[in-house]
Amino acid sequence: MNDNTEIKNPLAGVLRTERMPHIWCPGCGIGSVVTCFAEATKRSNIDPDKLAVVSGIGCSGRMAGYVNFDSIHSTHGRAIPVATGLKLANPKLKVVVFSGDGDLTGIGGNHFIHAARRNMDLVVICVNNFTYGMTGGQVTPTTPSSANASTTPYGNYEYPFSLPFLADAAGATYVARWTSLHSRNITQSIEEALQRRGFSFIEVITPCTTLYLRRNRLGDGVDTLQYYQNNAVIKHGIDTRETAIGFQGQIVVGKFVDRPKPDYLESATRCNVKFIGDDYQLYGKTEPEKQAEEEAKKAASGGESAV
Amino acid sequence: MSTTEIRFSGFGGQGIIRCALITGKALSLYDNKFATMTQSFGPEARGSACSAQVVVSDERVLYPYITRPGVLMALSQEAYDKYWGELPDGGILITDEDLVKMGSDHPNLAVRRVPATRFAESLGNRLFTNLVALGFFTAVTGVATADAMKKALPGLVPGRFLKINIKAFEKGYEHGVQCMAGSAP
Amino acid sequence: MNIVTADPKGVDAGPHFMDGDHAIAEGALAAGCRFFAGYPITPSTETAERFAERAPEVGALFIQMEDEIASIAALIGGAWGGQKVMTVTSGPGFSLMMENIGLAVMTETPMVIANVQRGGPSTGLPTLTAQQDMLQVRFGSHGDYNIIALSPDSPQECFDLTIEAFNLSEFYRVPVFIMTDETVGHMHEKVVIPPADQIKVVERNLYKGPKEDFRPYGFDSQGGHPMTRAGDGYRFHITGLTHNERGYPVMTPEQNQIVLTHLIEKINGNADKIIRLEEDQVEGAEVVVLSYGITSRIAVRAVQEARKKGLKVGSLRLITVWPFCEQRIRDLSQKVKAIVVPEINYGQMVREVERSAAGRCQVVSVNHCGGAVHDPLVILKAIEEACR
Repeated sequence: MNDNTEIKNPLAGVLRTERMPHIWCPGCGIGSVVTCFAEATKRSNIDPDKLAVVSGIGCSGRMAGYVNFDSIHSTHGRAIPVATGLKLANPKLKVVVFSGDGDLTGIGGNHFIHAARRNMDLVVICVNNFTYGMTGGQVTPTTPSSANASTTPYGNYEYPFSLPFLADAAGATYVARWTSLHSRNITQSIEEALQRRGFSFIEVITPCTTLYLRRNRLGDGVDTLQYYQNNAVIKHGIDTRETAIGFQGQIVVGKFVDRPKPDYLESATRCNVKFIGDDYQLYGKTEPEKQAEEEAKKAASGGESAV
Repeated sequence: MSTTEIRFSGFGGQGIIRCALITGKALSLYDNKFATMTQSFGPEARGSACSAQVVVSDERVLYPYITRPGVLMALSQEAYDKYWGELPDGGILITDEDLVKMGSDHPNLAVRRVPATRFAESLGNRLFTNLVALGFFTAVTGVATADAMKKALPGLVPGRFLKINIKAFEKGYEHGVQCMAGSAP
Repeated sequence: MNIVTADPKGVDAGPHFMDGDHAIAEGALAAGCRFFAGYPITPSTETAERFAERAPEVGALFIQMEDEIASIAALIGGAWGGQKVMTVTSGPGFSLMMENIGLAVMTETPMVIANVQRGGPSTGLPTLTAQQDMLQVRFGSHGDYNIIALSPDSPQECFDLTIEAFNLSEFYRVPVFIMTDETVGHMHEKVVIPPADQIKVVERNLYKGPKEDFRPYGFDSQGGHPMTRAGDGYRFHITGLTHNERGYPVMTPEQNQIVLTHLIEKINGNADKIIRLEEDQVEGAEVVVLSYGITSRIAVRAVQEARKKGLKVGSLRLITVWPFCEQRIRDLSQKVKAIVVPEINYGQMVREVERSAAGRCQVVSVNHCGGAVHDPLVILKAIEEACR
C-alpha cells in the first residue's frame, strides 16, 4: 500500500488498516457487514477500548483480525464459548461474535443454543452465505434444500435451519435478519444490539460469489442483490416459525424478537446477593489492593492535614 | 509402626460415609495420627450397599485401601454378610443388634453389638443411628479418643443438629464403656 | 517474576480433612483463580462443586458449560479477559479438550487443567483409578508443542501443586496440567492450608508500556513475556494461526519455525528450573523405582519391604511429569543396574525412561491396566528380579 496516500479510510479508527488488503473475494457480502458493524460501533458511542470481537474459523472468522478492537480469532465453532469466557471474566466489556453459518450453527451449534438459553450478554452476528467458503463450498446447516454444494453435488436433500427460529426457540432476547442489501437496517440492528444487554442475534444473508452463486448458476453479486431486492419482505415481529428460506425463495427480514430479560450475569449476581448479602461483588478488589488503597487514602489525608 | 484398617458398612442413607469422615478427621486433626479415608463410588455405591474405609497409622499411610481390616462396623445384614469374612482372627466386629442376624457366634472375633437404631429412635430420630454406632465404636476400639471424635463433628453434621448428634455419640459411647466393663444390659 | 502473597479472600487457612478433588479447588482459589468453567465428569466433579460452592464468598465465578469443548474455550476467553482460570475433567472430557488445548498453547494463554484420571479407553472405568492419559497430556493435541504437567500423590499435594501449577502457568504462559487420579482425587486426608501470607503467588505480568510498542508475544524461548487483558486499551489480536509478535497471521514455514521453536524451547530450555523430583536413597542404589502420583505411595511400600530384605533400592518420584527429567535419568542410568517403573497404564512414562536411559541400564515396566492400584508385592517382585 502507498504510505503517502492522502485519502484516509473513513473506517480507519475501526479497522486495522495495516492489515489491508483483506482476504475476501470481490462481491463477497462479508465486507458490507463489516462496514455496517464499523458504522454501528461509531454511532453507538461505545468506548472502543471496551469492545471486543471474537470469531471462529472460516471466511467471516477472519473479521476479528481486521477490526481495531481487542480480538480473538479462535477455533472452528468455538467463538461463542470463548466470548462467554471473555465477557464473564471482564463484565465491563461488550463482546461481539462475528461468525458464519457453518461455524456458528454447524460445528458450533451447541454453543449457540446454550448461550442463547443463558441469555449471555453477547452480540452475535452471523454472516449466512449458505456455504463453507474457506474450504471450498460445502453444504452447511442453512443451505436451502435442493441447492448444489460440493458435498451435495446432486442437490441438497437435507432440511436447513432457519436461524431466527432457532435463536428465538433457544432463548435469544433480540433476533433480527437482513440481507447484505439492507445496510442501513443492519447498522441499526447492530447499534441496538450493542446498546442492550442479553443475547442478541443478527443474521445477514449474503452472497458467496465464488462458490455458492457460481455452483448454483445464480450469476454474480449484482444479480444476488437484485434477487434480495425482489424477494426480501420486511415483517417486523413476525412469528419466527415463518422465517424459513427456500432455494431462491422469499426471504423474510426484519426485527423479529426484542424482549427484555435479565442476562446471565444479572441473574447470577441477583442469586449471589440473595446468598451473600448486598456487599457481594464479583471479582472486586483483592485484600492487598484494598489495603494499598486505604493506605494511599490515609497518606493523602495525612498530607492534607500537614498542610 | 501400628496401623489399623477400619471398614464402615451398611446401607445407603445410614450415614456410613459420614462415620468414616468423622473418624478420619478426628484422628488426623485432633489425635495426631495419620488417617486416609476412601470409599466406593459409582453405581455400585448407590442404593443398598455402602462402605467406607479408614486406614490409621502412626506414620504416613502409603497404601490407602484395606488389606486386612482390624475393625468392621456392619450396620446392615447385607454389609455383615458381605464383609465379615475378611476379618482376621482377633478382629473387632461391631453390628447393630436389631438389624444384623449373625450366622455364627464368631468365637475368633471380638463381637460387639449395640442397639444403635433403637437408641437413636429413643433420641427422637433413626437418623442418629450412625452417631450412636460411632460412639460405641470409639469406646470399644479405642482407635480414636472420644474428645477428638466430638471435636470432629462440626462441619460434618448439620449445625442445628450438632447437640443432638453429640448426645447420640455419648449414648453409644457410654454403652460401649459399659459393654467393655462387662456390665452392659 | 512478580511474586506476591495470596489474597486472603481465597484462602481457607487451617487444617482440613479433605479429598484431592476439593483440595484442587482450594489450591486454585488460594492461587487467585477467579474463573472456573467446567462440565461434570466422574471422578473430577467434586472440584467443580467445591469451586461453585465457594465462588460467591470469594467473588469468583463458576459456570457449568455445555461440554468440555466449551469449558476450555471459555478459559481462553477468561484468561484474556484478565482472570486466572481453571477447569477440571477426566478421560473423555480430556479428549474433548484437546482442540483448544492447542489454541491455548498457540496463543500462550495461561490456564490450569486438572485431569483426575480414570480407566479407559472410552468410557472405560468411570469410577476407578488409572494413569492412562500421561502421554495424551503431552502429545494429545495436534501439532508440535510442549506443556507442563505435575502429578500429586496426596490431597495435600493437590493443594500445593495446584498453586504451583498456576505460578508456572502465569510465568511460562502455557497450560499447566494436574495429572492426578481417582484414588488421590477421592481420598480424604489431612490438608493443611497455610495462612495467605505464607502462600507465594505469581501475578500475571500485565503490559504497561506505550500502546504502539505492545506485542502480545516475544519469541525468545523464555517465559515471563508480558500479556494484556481485554479492556485495557491495547487492542490485542490473537489467533490460532501461525502469527508474528503482533499476533497477526504470518503463514510461512519460516514463521512457524520461529513460533514453534519458542513454544517448545521455553519449556525445554528451562526444564531444570521447572522440574521437581523427590528422591530417597537414590545415591548408591542398585535399583531405582521411578513412579509418580498414587503409584509412588504403593512403590514406596514395596521399596521399604525390599530394603528390609537387604536390597539397595532407591526411590525417585516425579512431581513434575512433563517436562520429563531426561538428564537425571541419563545420569542415573550410568550408575544403577535397573530402573523399575510401575504405573497404572500399559507402559507410558516408561518409554521416556527407556529413551533417556538409552540402553545403559535395564528398564523394567510394571504395568497395570487400571481400575486399582498395584499390589505392592508385584512391585517388590520386580525389584527383587532386577537386583538379581
